[in-house]
Amino acid sequence: MNKLVKLFITSISAITLALVSFSSSFAKVEGDYIVLGSAISLTGKYSSNGVHTQNGYNMAVDRINKMGGVEVQGKKYKFEIIYYDDESNPKRAAQLAERLIKQDGVHYMLGPYSSGLTKAIAPVTEKYKIPMVEANGASRSLFTKGYKYLFAVLSPANQYLEVAIDLAVEKNGGKGVRIAQAFEQDAFSQDVRLGILDAAKRTGSEIIIDDKLPKELNDMAATLAKVKATKPDVLVVSGHTKGALTAIRQISEMKVDVPMLAMTHCDAAKLSKQHGKKSEYALCASQWHKNLSYKDKFFGSGKKYDKDFKKEFGYAPPYQSAESSAALLVFKDAFERANSFDRDAVRDALKTTEMQTFYGNIKFGPGGQNTAKPMILFQVRCKGDECENKVVAPTKWASDKFYHPIPKWSERS
Amino acid sequence: MDFLIFKAPMLMVQASLDGILLGILFALIAYGMALQWGVMNIINIAQGDLVILGGYIAYTMYLAGIHPAWGVIVSPIIMYFVGWYLYKLVINKVVDRDLFISILATFGIAIVMQQLMNFIFGADVVVAQSEYGTTMLFDNSVTLPNSKIFSAFISVLYAVGLVIYMKKSRLGRAIRATAQNARAAKILGVDTEKVYAATFGINAALCGVAGALIAITLTLHPYVGLPYTVRSFMIVIVAGLGNLPAVAISGMGLGLFEEFADYILGTEFRIGAVFMLLVFILVYRRFKLSKKREYLK
Repeated sequence: MNKLVKLFITSISAITLALVSFSSSFAKVEGDYIVLGSAISLTGKYSSNGVHTQNGYNMAVDRINKMGGVEVQGKKYKFEIIYYDDESNPKRAAQLAERLIKQDGVHYMLGPYSSGLTKAIAPVTEKYKIPMVEANGASRSLFTKGYKYLFAVLSPANQYLEVAIDLAVEKNGGKGVRIAQAFEQDAFSQDVRLGILDAAKRTGSEIIIDDKLPKELNDMAATLAKVKATKPDVLVVSGHTKGALTAIRQISEMKVDVPMLAMTHCDAAKLSKQHGKKSEYALCASQWHKNLSYKDKFFGSGKKYDKDFKKEFGYAPPYQSAESSAALLVFKDAFERANSFDRDAVRDALKTTEMQTFYGNIKFGPGGQNTAKPMILFQVRCKGDECENKVVAPTKWASDKFYHPIPKWSERS
Repeated sequence: MDFLIFKAPMLMVQASLDGILLGILFALIAYGMALQWGVMNIINIAQGDLVILGGYIAYTMYLAGIHPAWGVIVSPIIMYFVGWYLYKLVINKVVDRDLFISILATFGIAIVMQQLMNFIFGADVVVAQSEYGTTMLFDNSVTLPNSKIFSAFISVLYAVGLVIYMKKSRLGRAIRATAQNARAAKILGVDTEKVYAATFGINAALCGVAGALIAITLTLHPYVGLPYTVRSFMIVIVAGLGNLPAVAISGMGLGLFEEFADYILGTEFRIGAVFMLLVFILVYRRFKLSKKREYLK
């Protein structure tokens, strides 16, 4: 028995060793392929958004490869991605990033899903000087740590709902407004909150309710009762999909009348599908919407992307997919401008990125965040039982007028 | 600290009613826990996950076009068998070991259940719509969702039904006998193994009812079971085992305590306040978790 165990252990070690030495020979570029690595949440609590992210990456890889690939020093290369499932667990994500870099020899990384996981991976990519373009980590703290190899195609979290406060002030004739806010206690939502605090200060608005929701909470009745009693001009809620769904459920049940309701994660929560007409008039922050007029030669316009994505994956692309696709376009552009596979050359090229994609303009600030793309707001509007997200701000892309104030529940059918 | 609640009497009414309605629902979950804790001396960490699974059963019905309120009948039936099989599969192998092993085993069940629910139902947060509307009191200044009133009503109904069942039925009497003295019950011809399995099944069925009610009043997600486990654990600690009126009162008390902590200390301290209370009560009552075990195989 003991012998058998020993034999087993020896053979396993031998196989592992062989695999390790074999995979180390995998380099950043293999034949005609540029190999990118990504740890992504395919199981665990982020798995739905993880899959949206992966679909976005895959869609862009296919498209770029089909349209001629990446040209470096006169030779055409194709993209290939090695994925590992991080189980929505930050520790696991950091391990996998290490494995991608050390064992698989990956020299360029794509980001995982969520701010929390990106925060776990960034120190690893930084340590090994691996350029990472990420599309799903918006937390402001990612961009204040002085990371040199991290680039994010999305707008940072503090910008999510600032526009909403500006809009409320505009509707109030330029005077400051009274804000009630409820944010979950996590990195992302608290960054959104900081943005609101800045906007309130800038516009002379007053924050009358400032609740922090514990992560485990799925009941906001107390916050909403306070809102009913104090009658603010605008109610801001951010707590991922759970926060959005709980808020709409309880606002409609408790008949809370507020002139303006601004939220995050309406898209991901499928708000208008799950709550139907109850979600009407909610104002939602979004990184992207198909109706925006940005263009590029790979995906054409947002509308075209929407159509192609639906055809390929059978559902309308949430912004998580669109921004993930954009990350690949950024990499391609950087490789071609660097005209080299040297990591630092690619990083320097990424740093000077200035381009338009179907997803928006991309230009990186000193911390690696995208400074060229504004956040947009859409409002849920319903015709009969059919509800749709209509872009209402910024005015440049508004397809519909912003409906304000929200009618009272007693007047809503 | 915020004393808004003391300035507006209507807020006080709203908070009290919200707290009590929520507390009744917690009490139902806690009653199941108290029952199987009392009978088998097992602390079931998977309690909250059984609740969520019950909720997903109601949600599945909702997706199929059936009103989710029917879940309060269908879900406990399915969950009874889930509980029964869980007992046969895992619990009866650990029930005679020490308390720590049973906590570990049920913790393992909790993780497996979370992953399975995530795999089957997806990681999205979901809600089932009851369309029950709202009851408005005091000129619309206090609002009570009818779904919450419905859930409190159903909880009371099941709790009362169970008390009667425990008193009158043969199995109920056998369960109570086993809880009092397993050895004596066995000598007098009670099939304790069957009693244990049935108890675990009844506990799971109660979780099923509570889950269906949560699907129509709150939200469902594969990973939100733990807070329900913690709350029911607390209620049971306060109330003691096998004392239903105490469980009900302690449940409502906890609901009230949470709501008022939310208003006065701030929402961020709501769950923290619950844990503080737990520590306080544990110290105060010197609750002996390592009470003498009385399992017989």
